[in-house]
Amino acid sequence: MGEPASQNATAESILSVNNIEVVYDDVILVLRGVSLEVPAGKVVTLLGPNGAGKSTTLKAISGLLATENGAVTRGSITFLGENIANRPPEDIVRRGIFQVMEGRRIIEDMTITENLRLGAFTRKDGERAIRRDIDMVFSYFPRLQERTGLSGYLSGGEQQMLAIGRAIMARPKMILLDEPSMGLSPLLVKEVFTIIEQLCQDLAITILLVEQNARMALKVASYGYVMESGKIVLDGTRDDLVNNEDVKEFYLGGDKERKSFKNLKSYKRRKRWL
Amino acid sequence: MQSSLLFQLIINGLIVGTLYGVIAMCFVLIYKSTQVVNFAQGEFLLIGAWTCWWLVVQAQWPFWIAFPATFLFMLIFGILLQMIVLRPLIGEPIISVIMVTVGLSIFFQSMMKWIFGPWPQPFPDIFPMKSVNIGGLQVQTPYLMSMAVSLVIMVSFAWFFRYSRMGLAMRATAFDQQVAQSLGISVKRVFATAWAISAMVSALAGVVVGMVNGVSSALSFFGLKVFPAVIVGGLDSIVGAIVGGLIVGLIENLAEYFDGQWLHLGNLYTVAPFYVLVIILMIKPYGLFGTRKIERV
Ligand SMILES: Nc1ncnc2c1ncn2[C@@H]1O[C@H](COP(=O)(O)OP(=O)(O)O)[C@@H](O)[C@H]1O
Ligand SMILES: [Mg+2]
Repeated sequence: MGEPASQNATAESILSVNNIEVVYDDVILVLRGVSLEVPAGKVVTLLGPNGAGKSTTLKAISGLLATENGAVTRGSITFLGENIANRPPEDIVRRGIFQVMEGRRIIEDMTITENLRLGAFTRKDGERAIRRDIDMVFSYFPRLQERTGLSGYLSGGEQQMLAIGRAIMARPKMILLDEPSMGLSPLLVKEVFTIIEQLCQDLAITILLVEQNARMALKVASYGYVMESGKIVLDGTRDDLVNNEDVKEFYLGGDKERKSFKNLKSYKRRKRWL
Repeated sequence: MQSSLLFQLIINGLIVGTLYGVIAMCFVLIYKSTQVVNFAQGEFLLIGAWTCWWLVVQAQWPFWIAFPATFLFMLIFGILLQMIVLRPLIGEPIISVIMVTVGLSIFFQSMMKWIFGPWPQPFPDIFPMKSVNIGGLQVQTPYLMSMAVSLVIMVSFAWFFRYSRMGLAMRATAFDQQVAQSLGISVKRVFATAWAISAMVSALAGVVVGMVNGVSSALSFFGLKVFPAVIVGGLDSIVGAIVGGLIVGLIENLAEYFDGQWLHLGNLYTVAPFYVLVIILMIKPYGLFGTRKIERV
């Protein structure tokens, strides 16, 4: 258990999650000793099936766990050398971690610009800088600039772009992205992922990316973790994972017929990764 | 002669309606950002009016100092009330919170009676003239002032919620508290701000009405008119609150006119708004401006 997450630990980490346990409502144990490392300036991905605990891991980092009556009951989360486990979310945003929640969650009865301004809520560097950054977001997502009216009327893809744009407005050191490809057409998924890569390069934002679309995630990530039932069951560099037989079979889809989730379960009973 | 009476009553209706609108806005502000139905809204008027009265009459402060001082007092009062009474109730069932605000209403009523006595107290005349003649109409000076101040408040509200950082944060919190927190907004601070603004602005209405009618527990009945106003406008619409307030003000005064001319029931104007409330609820359960969720095409 306790040993830090293998090869990745050698790189200089901006965030390290050390063997955390997360409990909802004081009784529901969801994460059972999760550890992961995110090196500065890199994209790291967290893969796994529905209900594995990926969103819970992100909420533990961002502090949003508290809004769902959850808490980190063991282990620590170190960001830039300080333990931030169970800190209130506004404190964590101010430290430079911004979570883009699953399902986009934009403020639908506000305009695009108002949503972007809200992203900058914790910033103190003044109106000029905020205007400049709104223009910068529009340069990444030109189609947002063309749209007027309430953002509730945007398409799913546009809402995802707005959600990412809103995160950029906070000028965070790190973004936690929860399933950005969910519900998007393949073309839009490509577009969104291209932007994610650019963000990381242009603005030096570190990204922890949760995805079910492993194929896309492993295109942009340099390192990946696979999570199942509240535990990390496998981790490795992009190449390790892409070439791993199990990952190929369950997450990238075999060359011939796709295995169903049912088969996956029975297979897992025969062979565990740990 | 009769038509000029009608005209005068319509103007009265609009003036009182603006005040109702301002109080209703305060009520909606609390409901929208904290999901609390505040039955003690009328008592905010009462406390504000008594505070200002005490400062002017007992402490002998000049009005132009006492008035802002009342605001400051109510600001602090609103914040403390939220922090001490309402904050521990976050997450409790809605009915418990409602019972607490009903309790607060009774508590403040009795406390004001205990401190200041049961009898109405007149405000000393603040303005040199009791009323002003505008185009043949007699308008009481405090009401004129209330019109001006109410309009300023409405414009400030509009500006605040559209452009200010805290205003946007409050709207975001009203829409989705979890998202607001993910943006770094402190929901606790938003709640306290909502109560503070609400208490402060209601107090203004209390002072104005107190200047015309004297300060007494009737003020909290004046505050009770927010219910028809917000139900007409929709519980969660600021614009609706203003429109609702104007409608209630007009209905009251028109009812008085019809009553005086033909019906002679004597007090139709006090109950008329509540009849309208029932009828509107039967036709449009979400009020005229209540939220409809955006459905994407
Ligand atoms: N607020 C909550 N309260 C109780 N249980 C929860 C809550 N959120 C998630 N869970 C449970 O935790 C497990 C992991 O959920 P989640 O982190 O959302 O998984 P993933 O994002 O990987 O699909 C699930 O079994 C889910 O039912
Ligand atoms: Mg999830």
